[in-house]
Amino acid sequence: MGASVLRPDGALKVSGEFAYSSDLWLDGMLWGATLRSPHPSAWIRSIDIGPALAMPGVYAVLTHEDVPGEKFYGLENKDQPVLAIDQVRYQGEPVALVAADHPETARRAADAIVVTYGEREAVTDPRVALERRMLVRHQPVRVGSTFSADVVVTGEYEVGMQDQAFLGPESGLAVPAEDGGVDLYIATQWLHVDQGQVAPCLGLPPEKVRLTLAGVGGAFGAREDLSMQIHASMLALRTGKPVKMVYGREESFFGHVHRHPAWMRYEHGATLDGRLVYVKAEILLDGGAYTSSSPAVVGNAASLGVGPYEVDNVHIDAYGTFTNNPPCGAMRGFGAVQACYAYESQMDRLAAACGLTPVEIRIRNAVSQGSRLATGQVVDTPAPLAEMLRDLDAMPLPESVSRDLRDLPGGVGQTTHGDGVRRGVGYGVGIKNICFSEGFDDYSTARVRVELLGGEPHVLVHTAAAEVGQGLVIIQAQIARTELGIDHVTVAPADTQVGSSGSSSASRQSYVTGGAVKTACEAVRERIEKDGRPLEVILQDGPIEETREYRHRRTFPMDPVTGQGDSHTQLALCVHRAVVDVDVELGLVKVVELAAVQDVGKILNPLALEGQIHGGTAQGLGLALMEEIQVRDGKVLNPSFTDYLIPTILDMPPMQLKILENPDPNAPYGLRGAGEPPTLSSTPAIAAAVRNATGLPLSRVPIRPQDIALA
Amino acid sequence: MDFLRPLTWAEALEMKAERPDATPIQGGTDVMVEINLDKGRPTALLDLAAVAELAEWTRDNGTVRLGAGVSYTRLIAELAGDLPGLAQASRTVGSPQIRNRGTVAGNLGAASPAGDSHPPLLATGAEVEAESVRGSRMIAITDFYRGVKRNALEPDELIRAVRIPVATGPQYFSKIGTRNAMVIAVSSFAIAFDGRRVGTGIGSAAPTPRRAPEAEAFLESALDWSGPLDADVARRFGELVRDAAAPIDDVRGTRDYRLHSLAVMARRTLTWAWEDHLRCA
Ligand SMILES: Cc1cc2nc3c(=O)[nH]c(=O)nc-3n(C[C@H](O)[C@H](O)[C@H](O)COP(=O)(O)OP(=O)(O)OC[C@H]3O[C@@H](n4cnc5c(N)ncnc54)[C@H](O)[C@@H]3O)c2cc1C
Repeated sequence: MGASVLRPDGALKVSGEFAYSSDLWLDGMLWGATLRSPHPSAWIRSIDIGPALAMPGVYAVLTHEDVPGEKFYGLENKDQPVLAIDQVRYQGEPVALVAADHPETARRAADAIVVTYGEREAVTDPRVALERRMLVRHQPVRVGSTFSADVVVTGEYEVGMQDQAFLGPESGLAVPAEDGGVDLYIATQWLHVDQGQVAPCLGLPPEKVRLTLAGVGGAFGAREDLSMQIHASMLALRTGKPVKMVYGREESFFGHVHRHPAWMRYEHGATLDGRLVYVKAEILLDGGAYTSSSPAVVGNAASLGVGPYEVDNVHIDAYGTFTNNPPCGAMRGFGAVQACYAYESQMDRLAAACGLTPVEIRIRNAVSQGSRLATGQVVDTPAPLAEMLRDLDAMPLPESVSRDLRDLPGGVGQTTHGDGVRRGVGYGVGIKNICFSEGFDDYSTARVRVELLGGEPHVLVHTAAAEVGQGLVIIQAQIARTELGIDHVTVAPADTQVGSSGSSSASRQSYVTGGAVKTACEAVRERIEKDGRPLEVILQDGPIEETREYRHRRTFPMDPVTGQGDSHTQLALCVHRAVVDVDVELGLVKVVELAAVQDVGKILNPLALEGQIHGGTAQGLGLALMEEIQVRDGKVLNPSFTDYLIPTILDMPPMQLKILENPDPNAPYGLRGAGEPPTLSSTPAIAAAVRNATGLPLSRVPIRPQDIALA
Repeated sequence: MDFLRPLTWAEALEMKAERPDATPIQGGTDVMVEINLDKGRPTALLDLAAVAELAEWTRDNGTVRLGAGVSYTRLIAELAGDLPGLAQASRTVGSPQIRNRGTVAGNLGAASPAGDSHPPLLATGAEVEAESVRGSRMIAITDFYRGVKRNALEPDELIRAVRIPVATGPQYFSKIGTRNAMVIAVSSFAIAFDGRRVGTGIGSAAPTPRRAPEAEAFLESALDWSGPLDADVARRFGELVRDAAAPIDDVRGTRDYRLHSLAVMARRTLTWAWEDHLRCA
């Protein structure tokens, strides 16, 4: 524990040898393809599958009529049809399925299906949806009654629709089983929640739908909702053959939910010396066509809507809307990201209004252990925000403008040799809830077995927890090694033959599955200690195996009227400083350096942890400067990596990190989830730095070149 | 789909004459993307990779004859001195993998208004050497681009080489992208000094790549070749380059930004070229 142990999949991934879900293969398997709606809103007048069925090599063509069980599924609300029934509500909604002996045949057959649509009005402006009360959730927060102050700053902010942009598109293999069930090999974030949604739609009991995790090429929330799980299973059960489905890159943009775009109006009131008196906010998040996880996203935006600051008077309304835009749901940071950009922008405005530095205004209002959040929840574990800001501020600043094109805004595009370039520095602070909140029964299960192999004790750790790239696979092994003092540890493939581990999201797996592995190891150790004989001798009688569930502290719902309640179990802080060079004439930005301070409670694996902080920071950089799914009238304009830009290695600067270890006594080893917080604070820090360089208000991310150059 | 693989140039020309419907493929960095996206499946592919003579370049009488098979990577490594503008443009193409396979001829074959090699080819007055079994002809670069993704090649013709004058004065290429690498141009501009003539090329800001003739003519009359660059001249040059463009709004950028950025790039590249000119003079 605490060492940079290398993960088993690392070298394989870098060298291209890792088997992803898209590499799955069985002889004689068929390929599935999906026909999707071209319209954001339409009636389906008729579907003619005849031309597709007539094509040689086609084994099955299915519509909603062929769904064997329940016709709807969903994470929080079963409102999404497995295949569209009589109407489509977003561009890309699945309408029909094909299985064929070749992927191109399957795609061509899908194109041959004749669907007659009757287009109808699409609601694509969430402000209109709000007026019409087309709401997935409205969560108010109401505290105090003083809403006037000496210094008042207001702002309206917008966040574009970000995509998780994982590199391994949705894919999996469904194999029909002799018992009438199905074995599904799938890249997902939570096997059991998939199982719980797939089985009813197939009309099967859960035990007949067995899932095994296939190689996951990134997730970031985009694999929380189902994609092709039910579809591939339906095709496999219908044809009696294994069916593989792999989305192409363009289809992937339609095959998963995105980060909610947001429209936010904030008003901050403070004393003349910069102490917050009140915060008023309206946060509008567009959830698109279906519920997905929008309710929980809205909950986070509301409960964390003022950020990690002490303020006695709060008036927040957070809304999630239904529209005919692409469905939005989970993405790293989950509702906290959007609010963070707005409240941090406001803190900078307040600093300017009060004549304070950005760091000073934040220190004056920073939460610490014992502070009360807007929800009334008391921060009962270390939260040394002021100290973190001071540490950050003390880090040395990078050198002045370099002459190498790769270090200048515009890169080798050579738009400047230094002409028009101004430097800016900005700060951002974020607070993220770790683990599931608002009363969710959030737990994980681990089975740990010790046995003799070749005369030596070996440990087998078995959980259903999804390794999605975050490094849990090595953390589980490190925990077992540490707890049992046995070197040989194998982490079994994740599947549904063991109890649920919960989702690989909300930065929760080190905490919850880590806790489960630790607890199961302790149970094994206890048996060994009780026995008293040497381990090798005990194991001669047979293996020792213990299974344990681990739960974090209970959380409670937010009051629907006041938003009050201990809704979170753990809170994590990250702070960023961004240094940018901006070509103010052309609006191009080079992020020169990002520095971060994060408190993780306890470092389990420094290398993996730094990777998470770098990666989260890069994703926040993407949101600040380039990543946006452009949607017009409900249609996606840039569903490709040609035009949906994510940062390259030349966009992501070196980082200075300081990682603190103030333990959370409630969590295993005192650890604090770490994957999401850096995604929050890097975006506002970069936006602030660009404002600092340009003097422009820049109230929207991503910041586009024209926002600067034509301002 | 038929797959044709000539081993010599003569064989390639014969195959193309027999199968004018065949799509030539050199590096494949455009062709394979189209095929993968299932956009207009070709009836036949004519793979030029094995035609050894295409992968050569020669220098003769102040002109580089750049074979159709020379990759961007080689161009950058071997020709940055002779063809600085084109080498700078090549450096901005895609990623190392793309530059290892992609070629200027392929860029010309695709004739995308956003192709990065076009502005420097226009600025230097390059010629495309097109050949068929009927013979060989030189197409002036300004006659080559015929519309969005359309060029002047006849159905039986292939690009043998591109002829580009060796630089006699400063050259610069400048390209706007919304990230610092691996990006399609939002707008781009090239400038080349040749004696007292100034060439220009505009990319991604009209249905085809194009020159800015009025801006060129303005400079030729307004420049005082012995003294420092007059800031007003530089600004006016930028405006004339901007006025030569006819961009649209699309997902990559707005019309107004493209116009604005062209004026800035033209002014800046002229300024850099002038500094070089004074230094050498
Ligand atoms: C990830 C990626 C990034 C890219 N980035 C850029 C970029 O930044 N800038 C840029 O300009 N382009 C970019 N491209 C596009 C592409 O790399 C370039 O257009 C390249 O110059 C094409 O060269 P090629 O040899 O690979 O062409 P190919 O794909 O082989 O061919 C392209 C076209 O030219 C025709 N053709 C090829 N050779 C001949 C010939 N001898 N005679 C007649 N016709 C011929 C083909 O039929 C086809 O129409 C990118 C492509 C990818 C996949």
